Amino acid sequence: MSMNTYLKPVTILLVEDNPADVRLTLEAFKEGKVNNNLHTVKNGEEAMDFLHQRDPFKDAPVPDLILLDLNLPKMDGREVLEEIKKDEKLRPIPVIILTTSEAEEDILRSYNLHANCYITKPVDLNDFVKVAKSIENFWLTIVRLP
Amino acid sequence: MKNSPLDNIVKILLVEDSPADVRLTREVFKEGKVKNKIFVVDNGEEAIHFLFKQGQYRDAPRPDLILLDLNLPKKNGKEVLKEIKSNPVTSTIPVVILTTSKDDEDIQTTYQLYANCYITKPFDLEQFIAVARNIENFWFSLVKLPENSNQV
Repeated sequence: MSMNTYLKPVTILLVEDNPADVRLTLEAFKEGKVNNNLHTVKNGEEAMDFLHQRDPFKDAPVPDLILLDLNLPKMDGREVLEEIKKDEKLRPIPVIILTTSEAEEDILRSYNLHANCYITKPVDLNDFVKVAKSIENFWLTIVRLP
Repeated sequence: MKNSPLDNIVKILLVEDSPADVRLTREVFKEGKVKNKIFVVDNGEEAIHFLFKQGQYRDAPRPDLILLDLNLPKKNGKEVLKEIKSNPVTSTIPVVILTTSKDDEDIQTTYQLYANCYITKPFDLEQFIAVARNIENFWFSLVKLPENSNQV
């Protein structure tokens, strides 16, 4: 049962510096029910360049959803989150924090900065894929994206 | 609040004026895997009183999640959302908009107002139940909710 009424693919931005996690996420989303295009950047600076359509991302599409790791090189995920939610144009884009951290401080801070939700990445590969699929199912078929 | 009987139970505030929808939601969540307790208010003003522990809600617990309809008597859902998200006491509580509206403007506006997600209530009974289950699975089991560390 799909609630999704999109005719064109959903654009997702994955901000993740671990190549294994990128690959797993890509696979999980590829197998999903909803047509989607997953773009990946590997640090916070690239994320902001992508979102502001700056070089080398001048032709980047505006994502419908962002999956954001917290611990990133160059510009950390918390800063990225803060910038996104302060920017009127970017604010509506749902940001799902997807990180290894289970620290209460990180959880609280992320919600304070208006993260849409916070998910801790499982260590186990199979569990990771299950989580990615749950995210895909919930955000792409149940939720109405802006 | 230490050693409250509501510890380790997910507390939900359901802001909903349709008794039928309230009943359905209660039933679905009752059967769920995660222990939870639903508090219901049927208009926007009461939602605010509950969240800020005013009047009869002096001892109301802080919810872990808010399910918020948009079309409400007394104070509409957008107003309630604005108040929740602009006050540091309540702004970290995830708010799931659960409404019949499919209106693009409602969707845009509520995400601008920091709604955590927006879900259109299906008219079909079975679909409604499926959606409620999905909300439960996602928000109670998968997502990390903020702990009640900054209660008033």
